[in-house]
Amino acid sequence: MKTRIIFSIVIALVILVAGCTPGGQASGNLKVAVLAPLSGQNPTFGASTRDGALLAIDEWNAKGGVLGKQIEAVVEDSQCAADPGVNAANKVIDQDKVHYIIGEVCSSSSIPISEITEAKGVVQISPTSTNPDVTIKGDGTTKEYVFRACFIDPFQGTVMAKFALDKGYKTAFVLFDQGNDYVRGLAEFFEAAFTENGGTVVGKEAYTSQDTDFSAILTKVADANAEVLFVPDYYPIVNLVGAQAKEKGVTAVMMGGDGWDSGDLDRAAADGGFYSNHYSPDDTRPIVQNWVAAYQKKYGAIPDALATLAYDATNLMLAAIEKTGADDPAKVKDTLDTISFEAVSGTITFDPQHNPIKSAAILQVKDGEIVYAGTVNP
Amino acid sequence: MKPSLATTAPSPTIFQQIIHKRWIGKSLIIVVSLVVIWRVITALLENPSVFVQQVVNGLQLGFVYALIALGYTMVYGIVKLINFAHADVLMVGSFASYYAISRFNLHLWLSNVAPNLSPTISLLVGTVTVLVFAMLVCALMAFAIERTAYKPLRNAPRISALITAIGVSFFLEYFGALNFVFTPNFISFKRPFPVTTWALSSSGIQALESGVAPPPGSVLFSNIFIIIVISSIVLLFLLQYIVKRTKVGKAMRAVAYDKPTARLMGINVDGIISITFAIGAALAGAAGLLYAIAFPQIVFWMGIIPGLKAFIAAVLGGIGSIPGALVGALIMGQAEVLSAAYISTPMRDAIAFSLLIIVLLVRPTGIFGEPTLEKA
Repeated sequence: MKTRIIFSIVIALVILVAGCTPGGQASGNLKVAVLAPLSGQNPTFGASTRDGALLAIDEWNAKGGVLGKQIEAVVEDSQCAADPGVNAANKVIDQDKVHYIIGEVCSSSSIPISEITEAKGVVQISPTSTNPDVTIKGDGTTKEYVFRACFIDPFQGTVMAKFALDKGYKTAFVLFDQGNDYVRGLAEFFEAAFTENGGTVVGKEAYTSQDTDFSAILTKVADANAEVLFVPDYYPIVNLVGAQAKEKGVTAVMMGGDGWDSGDLDRAAADGGFYSNHYSPDDTRPIVQNWVAAYQKKYGAIPDALATLAYDATNLMLAAIEKTGADDPAKVKDTLDTISFEAVSGTITFDPQHNPIKSAAILQVKDGEIVYAGTVNP
Repeated sequence: MKPSLATTAPSPTIFQQIIHKRWIGKSLIIVVSLVVIWRVITALLENPSVFVQQVVNGLQLGFVYALIALGYTMVYGIVKLINFAHADVLMVGSFASYYAISRFNLHLWLSNVAPNLSPTISLLVGTVTVLVFAMLVCALMAFAIERTAYKPLRNAPRISALITAIGVSFFLEYFGALNFVFTPNFISFKRPFPVTTWALSSSGIQALESGVAPPPGSVLFSNIFIIIVISSIVLLFLLQYIVKRTKVGKAMRAVAYDKPTARLMGINVDGIISITFAIGAALAGAAGLLYAIAFPQIVFWMGIIPGLKAFIAAVLGGIGSIPGALVGALIMGQAEVLSAAYISTPMRDAIAFSLLIIVLLVRPTGIFGEPTLEKA
């Protein structure tokens, strides 16, 4: 008797839940999850990412959706951390029956999420996680279902080498912090690309992050008479090197990566220098200007790199679904492997490790302003 | 009864001889100096102007270290305390000059009062004003620190005072890191004067324009270098004058020699010790401004590394000796810059710190130190 009551209650609940929950296929909507850190240490990262992704979904819905279905966004707070990220991913996959995930922002959260998406066959595009392990398994093979929309850090070294050569510079001096993976990666990629394409690296010097006196190194730079001084470090070191370089008679043009991108960059010290970034709102391409205008209209602010990459990741996902012609993650991931998609931050194609090969924006420090100096295709 | 035992002590083993005669240190010194001489000669022959340039770079660094080392050496000479908070007084000196320059435009006061004066003179006077301001702030702060933290421990074991000094050091650092004090961020230091660089070459001296490469074979020096060297030398002579020629200096030397007797002679020992701390801190304050001018970025932990190196310089020269601090600091500056230039940049600190080990192995009292027995 008792079991029968419980049994019927359970059945009643199941029917109720099934009736209430808009089931993935049944409702006719296509669901895309956005996992972003809306609370925790970096809530502004999450807000930008969500805003960028939702704007992309709104635009697709206004055009009639994907495969004739409206797109429904499932936004979850994954807090830029492992456990909340895993919980959010399990929730959207098991409960909301989502097949496509945009996220996370932070590598620390994207890596554990990617283990789940890879195991459950859900396509994941991280907009901004730069750690190589996001798309690569422990044994070195690529995770089939996991992609990213941003270039990985060292790629900026390749871009800057190409930019320097395009500008007509033939010799470069590379400075790097030997204890910092980010800086070393950029320096190695710069050197490889620069020498491969006909430039000469006339000198290479390592320093440590606690150094303040760069006089000995800069005297060597001046003596080597290089045209480019590549300093791919964060802004505090760039400020110190820049301030001492002019005093030591260094005439080389300073160049670096997105570590320079800070309000605290000493614009007098870094004057004339170039650095790479994911995108610039001053880029004149129509796709960029349309995006900036749309974002400004909806949110009243200039979109930052996080919003832009989230917008790109979402558009990329939806375009891949549309191109596949079916709501089938296993086929969508194959489409992504071969796609060539024009995004705001550059035309995206994927390399075998699922890292995008795309252009970067080059910015210049000029008379106390940061100005857009061009876009470089790899 | 065995008379032979008394006359022939067991002959010392080879290991005891090595330790006793300090052979390890001596052989290390010989090897190191041979390598250094060989490197210097090859570097000089290879490219003389670059070598001279590196020596100039080393001098600039060495003179800044000298100012810091003087503070260590003075305080140690009188109260036998290694004042580890000294490095953080340097940091406070840098921040004091930063606020004086960026917030209050103290370096421009003369050009505001007398706008017709040539900018060189008014900026020079302004820079000296900032220097004096930083020295005053640091001296006052050191006076307060001495009264609150060190004076109550005057008769405590020396180790207690040393630990207190470390405590004061951490207090200054992390109090400075608070958001409403100095903030935990890197701050770009605004130099009180525009930097001018001159190139000295066979065709004479010429000012270098920005973006123009210096003539080949020239040696560059900037107004930063001149200001650092001149102010260090002036402060050094001033200190030497105070210690050797004034009544206060005489009292300092008396306190250093024998505290109880000095007190019996009517010297206010506590007052003299406070003055010593204040003078040492004033030098650190001056060093704070000069260090920030040379390397224009300040942050709350900026004092630690130059402080450690200046401490080594003081030990190298013989802690307690004023000329020793200068010589030790100049050696440190050269060792650091030349090893960065000709051996390896990441190794520079390792080389600088191994100097300390070698000195301690060979001559624990330092170059100018008196090899006397420890005073009771």
